[in-house]
Amino acid sequence: MPDAADPAGLPTWVRPLFFAAIVRPALLIGFGLGMRHRERLPQTGPAIVVANHNSHLDTLLLLSLFRLSTLGRVRPAAAADYFGKAGVVRWVTQHLIGAILIERHHEGGRRADPLAPLSAALERGEIVLLFPEGTRGQPEVREAFKTGLAHLARRHAGVPVIPVALRGLGHALPKGEWIPVPLNLYAAVGEAVQADPRNKPAFTAAVEAAIDKLDAELPTSVWD
Amino acid sequence: MLDTLRGGVGAVLGFILLLLIVATFISEVVPRLRGRSGSPELISRVRAWWVMAGLFVLAVLVGKRVGIAFVMLLSYLALKEYLSLVPQRSADRKVLLWVYLAIPLQYLWVFTGRYGMFIITLPVYLFLLLPFRLMLTGITQNFLRASSTLHWGLMLTVFCLGHLAYLLVLPPLHPAGGVGLLLYVVLVTQFNDVAQYVSGKSFGKRKIVPQVSPGKTWEGFLGGLVATAVLAVLIAPIITPLNRWEALILGLLLPAVGFIGDVTMSAVKRDLGVKDASSLIPGHGGILDRVDSLMFTAPVFFHFIYYFVYGPYR
Repeated sequence: MPDAADPAGLPTWVRPLFFAAIVRPALLIGFGLGMRHRERLPQTGPAIVVANHNSHLDTLLLLSLFRLSTLGRVRPAAAADYFGKAGVVRWVTQHLIGAILIERHHEGGRRADPLAPLSAALERGEIVLLFPEGTRGQPEVREAFKTGLAHLARRHAGVPVIPVALRGLGHALPKGEWIPVPLNLYAAVGEAVQADPRNKPAFTAAVEAAIDKLDAELPTSVWD
Repeated sequence: MLDTLRGGVGAVLGFILLLLIVATFISEVVPRLRGRSGSPELISRVRAWWVMAGLFVLAVLVGKRVGIAFVMLLSYLALKEYLSLVPQRSADRKVLLWVYLAIPLQYLWVFTGRYGMFIITLPVYLFLLLPFRLMLTGITQNFLRASSTLHWGLMLTVFCLGHLAYLLVLPPLHPAGGVGLLLYVVLVTQFNDVAQYVSGKSFGKRKIVPQVSPGKTWEGFLGGLVATAVLAVLIAPIITPLNRWEALILGLLLPAVGFIGDVTMSAVKRDLGVKDASSLIPGHGGILDRVDSLMFTAPVFFHFIYYFVYGPYR
């Protein structure tokens, strides 16, 4: 089951080592990182971290911002229809990345509560990473956020929702491309969103506004 | 590794160590003796100097190949920063990969000591071929902007900076060899950056390029130039084959050229609306902010000695 605390049964040092030895050096040399307000990232759960989505590498970039000692408690949400198929991708997604697989689409009309595995993780005191756009979309363009985030926040009142703006990967490795181009990546972390998740549209709009505001802090590089 | 310390290199490294210790004394010890906390900006800047000087000296001392690879890494980081900073056309994403491939090609000529190819590849062959590759995207809007910014970035970060690496493969005319030449131009250029800054902070009054770099003054420029000229003349006989007159001319030329590089890159950053090229080096900004003057002094120094010092031997 993907919602167990340690689904693979891998030793707890494997993921920090994977990030310290492979992911971080590759991101640093291959792209380069510019970070703002990294100290605002939560180091203890439960917490929900939300970011805009441009590229598959977003998850690795976001995870690499956390301290190695925290990494074991950080669980990104990943689309089961894309990453959960089979084989190596599924194994890496679940065991090395520590992702929670989410069913995005209805299967034959009825489906189980798609947010249940995320709820379970929050109840275990873990930090959940969400990309509320649900898809990578156009490079460096933020799509409207889905309401799943507000549902989750309403169920877990009092759990902080931390916005993060990511930039650069939409150019370095956009959707549909396989060869990355070395270009700097940027991330800005915000303060917890202060809005009532019971009002779903207002809450979603507040998170969107927080990420847009953080995005404005990052260096601009308008491509055409 | 130790044989690279011969011919006065060890003495100059000792001098660099002394400069770093004095700088640390000023940034950290003096404020503490006066019961104050030092400027965090200055402290992180001096600490970053230790790291940069340490990495550079280590790379150069290990051997020629490691030294060349180190300069190649600088070229890569500088080009990456440049391409991240300067807006590109989405259609040119794949062309950027070809632009990066210019780095291994150019440094292959350095490794193998092929001076003719080193000097002609970027200014002639890639100058002619890169716009052709851009044409193949089929998009003509902003074509001129794309071809000129890409080639300009390559010239500065790969061709100009690459001259530092080529110093290492020049035949030795002094016991310190290529390491001595490389150490000389890097030390003189970086010393001048600091000297112009310190002199400007202390005596600065009349702005020299107010619209581009309002912090720069005539007093800073001239004070740095005099201090650097003295240093350039004093260390020249220790690690280079330069005679007294050549050292004096370079001592006046390199600070001026370094200043030109500094303010030229300031104009680029101002055009793009950024203060620093990135935040890679604490207190300094990005790689481009650190090597802006070096990108200009490296080829000028190289061709000065290639003509005047190596000319009679060619």
